[in-house]
Amino acid sequence: MNSFKPLRVGEAPLIKWSLITLAVLLALLFLLVPLVSIFQQALVGGWQRYIGHLSQPDTLHAIGLTLIVAALTVPINLIFGIMLAWSVTRFEFPGRKLLITLIDIPFAVSPVVAGLLYLLLYGSNGWLGEWLYEHDLQVMFAWPGILLVTIFVTCPFVARELIPLMQQQGASEEEAAVILGASWWQLFRRVTFPNIKWALIYGVILTNARAVGEFGAVAVVSGNIRGETNTLSLHVQLLYEDYQAEAAFASASLLALIALLTLMLKAVVEWRQQRSLTANDNKEQSPL
Amino acid sequence: MSIRLTNISKTFGQFQALSPLTLDIQEGEMIGLLGPSGSGKTTLLRIIAGLEGADSGSIHFGDREVTQVHVRERRVGFVFQNYALFRHMTVADNVAFGLEVMPKKQRLPAAEISKRVTQLLETVQLGHLAKRYPEQLSGGQKQRIALARALATQPEVLLLDEPFGALDAKVRKELRRWLRSLHEELKFTSVFVTHDQDEALELSDRVVVMSNGHIEQINTPAELYSHPNSRFVFDFLGNVNVFEASWQQSRWQNGQAFLVPPAQQTLQQDGALYVRSHELTLSDKPNSQANLPFDIVAITPVGAEVRVELAPHGWHSKELWEAKFTQHHLQELGLQKGSLVYATPRTGYFFGVKGDSSPTRLSWPFLTPGSLAFDI
Repeated sequence: MNSFKPLRVGEAPLIKWSLITLAVLLALLFLLVPLVSIFQQALVGGWQRYIGHLSQPDTLHAIGLTLIVAALTVPINLIFGIMLAWSVTRFEFPGRKLLITLIDIPFAVSPVVAGLLYLLLYGSNGWLGEWLYEHDLQVMFAWPGILLVTIFVTCPFVARELIPLMQQQGASEEEAAVILGASWWQLFRRVTFPNIKWALIYGVILTNARAVGEFGAVAVVSGNIRGETNTLSLHVQLLYEDYQAEAAFASASLLALIALLTLMLKAVVEWRQQRSLTANDNKEQSPL
Repeated sequence: MSIRLTNISKTFGQFQALSPLTLDIQEGEMIGLLGPSGSGKTTLLRIIAGLEGADSGSIHFGDREVTQVHVRERRVGFVFQNYALFRHMTVADNVAFGLEVMPKKQRLPAAEISKRVTQLLETVQLGHLAKRYPEQLSGGQKQRIALARALATQPEVLLLDEPFGALDAKVRKELRRWLRSLHEELKFTSVFVTHDQDEALELSDRVVVMSNGHIEQINTPAELYSHPNSRFVFDFLGNVNVFEASWQQSRWQNGQAFLVPPAQQTLQQDGALYVRSHELTLSDKPNSQANLPFDIVAITPVGAEVRVELAPHGWHSKELWEAKFTQHHLQELGLQKGSLVYATPRTGYFFGVKGDSSPTRLSWPFLTPGSLAFDI
């Protein structure tokens, strides 16, 4: 008699392996090949030319501007995210649900639209624009505008990571800490922060990745002034339109590097987070 | 330290969580707040701690008014229902927390703190777990650590929210005894919330029975059991059978069933007689003072006692009645499932529709003037 081994649903070898093969092929074709070709194109003229492209003053300026914008965006959204998550998970107030929904606007709206909205608001004909103009403050087509829209598009990341976690953890540990005499700072530093640490780091990584790579919203408000208001992603496009493909790919490879770095960090943090969640499940529960 | 609550009230939106209530707790007393969920007992506890503000009224700890004092400054110990241990700290760090966050001037030196922590862990018999994390502990251990943490700052008031709610029966019993002895040793004033009447009756010096945001009754466990002052308290303190009676032909009537009360003016009216399940006798004949026919629905041995479920025969009751006997006594009676029996209450509590809400305690059989109780 044939020994019949029952299979789990969907585990017929033909289906299983053809699905896996297809998934791997598509991933290679759509994800890995373009990534590799960026570096290949960037390095087509050798390392020296590559370095040469990157050390052009305009490129260096674009790198600098991008890093400054990210360096300002991350702490601002970190604090904003913590405040937001704290208010919607620790307090009851009318409009709380609405606020949670509002947080998602930057995810729902196309970045270009966001850029246009800021242009309308802060541009020379906008509501705030006139006042800014009178006070000689240049926001649009300058780095403050770039910073503003970057903050806008990245503001949900930290809050979105924290809210479900803080909701699940509840307020009782914080209540316990205050009853035991902790001040607000002691409460945050010794109880709240350690509990949300990994989610916070995760949110920061995502914020940073998006801040560095943002194109659409920044394109609308930057004005594309070379060496002044060009971020790295805008710079790539400018170079490419100038038929300097190799230089464009050199700059693009930097963005790709940052992306790879982000992915690695993200994997490490996820692994740490997972470990801190499950570490204790594996250890034996001791009896009373 | 004594606790004095005066006219405390609290609303959440439209919901009146606490109607103005007043409560005096003596120094060193152990008070159980007993009530169903939504009765306001946890809200009251949180108001005493300072985790909620009362809408009106005042709170005194001893001579010190603490109504406006921040929870941080009230210096009470609080044990949460879910323990609320700091999950990323070791057991020792959890216990040390209250000592370490003290202002620099009052704070003990580090060596002193670690000595105190070791001592506390010995008190709760968990010294060997100092380096563990909360997730690695069982429910009973977490509860002890939560207590040790609350006691670390030597509070004079200890508040406990459903302290044994999430534990299994055996651990619960053990911890109850242990808390009782700890209380006798350290003499703190303590208030705990529970919905378990056994827990309240066993642990408390006095029990505060609450419903719908007000206090139904405050008394010692023994007095509360023998003199419940309202239908609510009676219902809540455990299994009770109710005879809804209408006053007809000089007796309490319900369908075929009747009971003859002693000749007292206040008893000659409609009302309800409450009879506890171990205060019923069963026989195969009715008598001149009690005719409560039942069909036996089930006979269930539960440990040493036997519960007999009774369905009214020819009269109405909202719920089945229950009688409790010892195994031995039941064998003597020779009861069978399905047979017809007649019950006589030994003791009952009568709540009349007129008059105040407090009951009259009655016993059967009684001697009516000039006659004896005869079987029909």
